[in-house]
Amino acid sequence: MTELVPVLSATWGAEKSWSLDTYTEAGGYAPLKKALGMAPGDIIQAVKDSGLRGRGGAGFPTGMKWGFLPPDDGLPRYLVVNADESEPGTCKDIPTMMSAPHQLIEGVAITSFAIGCNHAFIYLRGEVVHVYRRLLQAVREAYEAGHLGTNIHGSGFDLDVTVHAGAGAYICGEETALLDSLEGRRGQPRLKPPFPAVAGLYARPTVVNNVESVASVPAIVDKGVEWFTAMGTERSKGMGLFSLSGHVTRPGQYEAPLGITLRELLEMTGGIREGHELKFWTPGGSSTPIFTQDHLDTPLDYESVGAAGSMLGTRALQLFDETTCVVRAVTRWTEFYKHESCGKCTPCREGTYWLTQILKRIEAGRGTEADIQQLLDTCDSIAGRSFCALGDGATSSIISSVKLFREEYEAHVTAGGCPFDHAASALFAYSDTPATEEAHA
Amino acid sequence: MTYDETTLAQLTEDAAAIIARYPVKRSALLPMLHLVQSVDGFVSPDGIQFCAEQLDLTAAEVSAVATFYTQYKRRPNGEYQVGVCTNTLCAVMGGDRIWDELSEHVGVGHDETTEDGKITLERLECNAACDYAPVMMVNWEFFDNQTPESAKQVVDDLLAGKDVAPSRGPAKVACFKDVSRVLAGFEDGRADEDQGAGAATLAGLEVAKSQGWTEASK
Ligand SMILES: Cc1cc2nc3c(=O)[nH]c(=O)nc-3n(C[C@H](O)[C@H](O)[C@H](O)COP(=O)(O)O)c2cc1C
Ligand code: SF4
Ligand code: FES
Repeated sequence: MTELVPVLSATWGAEKSWSLDTYTEAGGYAPLKKALGMAPGDIIQAVKDSGLRGRGGAGFPTGMKWGFLPPDDGLPRYLVVNADESEPGTCKDIPTMMSAPHQLIEGVAITSFAIGCNHAFIYLRGEVVHVYRRLLQAVREAYEAGHLGTNIHGSGFDLDVTVHAGAGAYICGEETALLDSLEGRRGQPRLKPPFPAVAGLYARPTVVNNVESVASVPAIVDKGVEWFTAMGTERSKGMGLFSLSGHVTRPGQYEAPLGITLRELLEMTGGIREGHELKFWTPGGSSTPIFTQDHLDTPLDYESVGAAGSMLGTRALQLFDETTCVVRAVTRWTEFYKHESCGKCTPCREGTYWLTQILKRIEAGRGTEADIQQLLDTCDSIAGRSFCALGDGATSSIISSVKLFREEYEAHVTAGGCPFDHAASALFAYSDTPATEEAHA
Repeated sequence: MTYDETTLAQLTEDAAAIIARYPVKRSALLPMLHLVQSVDGFVSPDGIQFCAEQLDLTAAEVSAVATFYTQYKRRPNGEYQVGVCTNTLCAVMGGDRIWDELSEHVGVGHDETTEDGKITLERLECNAACDYAPVMMVNWEFFDNQTPESAKQVVDDLLAGKDVAPSRGPAKVACFKDVSRVLAGFEDGRADEDQGAGAATLAGLEVAKSQGWTEASK
């Protein structure tokens, strides 16, 4: 049995967990002092050796990313923390920053010291105002305590931190779109290369890392590489937050070593809601191909999930039981991608529009057998042909669900409507009325 | 611009504070648009002009940015922005039904405001609270585990002029303009207000505790 390992989440239940006092009492900011006594290169090496991989979705090795920065030329270089958390299903960074903002601020300080950055930014999605209050306060507290500012703890190292609120746009989570947005522009992805490591914020070398990646750094500095590598699997080291949502008895945040399985996690969540069984789930958010009961024992690490045909993504496990119509679920996700497509490239802008049209037709029972093939063909002209990964992500749930549940698409066509009772999926009782569909359309 | 002298002086002072946070001026644009909403309740033509002048941009450049982001409103917004998450997970757990009943109850549709200017309804995309589905947001505070009844009660209270408290967040929801000021990066002294971390946030921690699993036990 794999055990949970509360590291980032360890203090979330404490009295005033978000305050500097609580964080310091639990040992916080000792790692910063330790790091300031190390050579920056040694910190980078330790993070490389730890095997920490980006927790924002793509899983790129964090230490290696830091190592890509060109040598210091005396001009600014930046750390930008990606706190945009908007991938459907993903809900781990928000509780982290709400309950323990100093965990992130300390990670920002150590990371900045390691990469030689004197001004770091935290780009927070704008739709979470209390999280912003907590971050603003935490940064102010950290300045007052001398953890930020000039000559931090006598080290000669200076660091300013700006917490910036976005304004509602999923695409701003894509790292280059985020940089454009932070520069005060429309959030649209940039052509790569050059990568942000070479020309990022204000065309200067920039590291963009996810909240959880950065927040994991203090523990690695504090407890050491061996401690971190003892958790996880061969190539997926350490712990991570697994966010379980949907038809599960106790949804929430479960911090566990990478490689834990859904079967194990379900034991801890009290299983799927009573009287029901798991039908399909996303391992890493709505941009990752869906899984079924057949994947209950797939180790949730980057390699195993990949080998099983999906992606670990952000460990956003959205679980749906047998009452759920897969066509309804996929249609709604697709409408999301259509809404959030930034419009920069044609395959995604036009493709997500057509996908939505076809899916809504099928869901409403007005589709044909040929529409199902048309869906797959349209996906073909988006995936791998779009300017950024949003386009690819839009096709994941469609392609995987047609493969796994084709008969359900066909049932909508032959029955001339949705064979499911939507009320049965809800967490409260009501009787379904056709008004639901109209109101949505 | 039609701002009176005091308003303009305050705006200018605030804009200077925002601009000072960034090495390059233009980065101040998003927080400044939140600032404009904190005064006008939406991104007004005056506000666009003001941002343009402060940042050496054209009004067209500012507009092009403002229209890209859903939090910036083109029409005067209600005092309370009430959003129901209807992304897949929340929708399936009941968000669709909540939206239908709420919209009928309030009598306005998506991105529409009640006649008295109290409430703007909105269908939201995932707000990073899926473990609390179905989710509703009022002025960007979390209302977790909603039902049609609980959602309607919140709205009735708002319409009756009563304070409402989120499930996670401060003691009461502030008005749209006040919240917009926070989003512009100005603290309002309410960070320590709290309604508890929330059961889902602590779910894993509770299991670990009851099993005696601590990271230190390794
Ligand atoms: C459409 C899209 C949305 C994304 N949203 C986020 C996000 O909200 N948070 C995040 O950390 N990464 C997000 N990413 C991934 C980032 O581009 C980037 O890989 C990540 O921030 C790097 O940090 P990491 O290496 O620490 O994971 C998104 C990517 C895409 C294509
Ligand atoms: S794939 Fe979509 S989101 Fe990405 S650049 Fe193209 S249009 Fe924009
Ligand atoms: S789907 Fe509603 S908060 Fe994530």
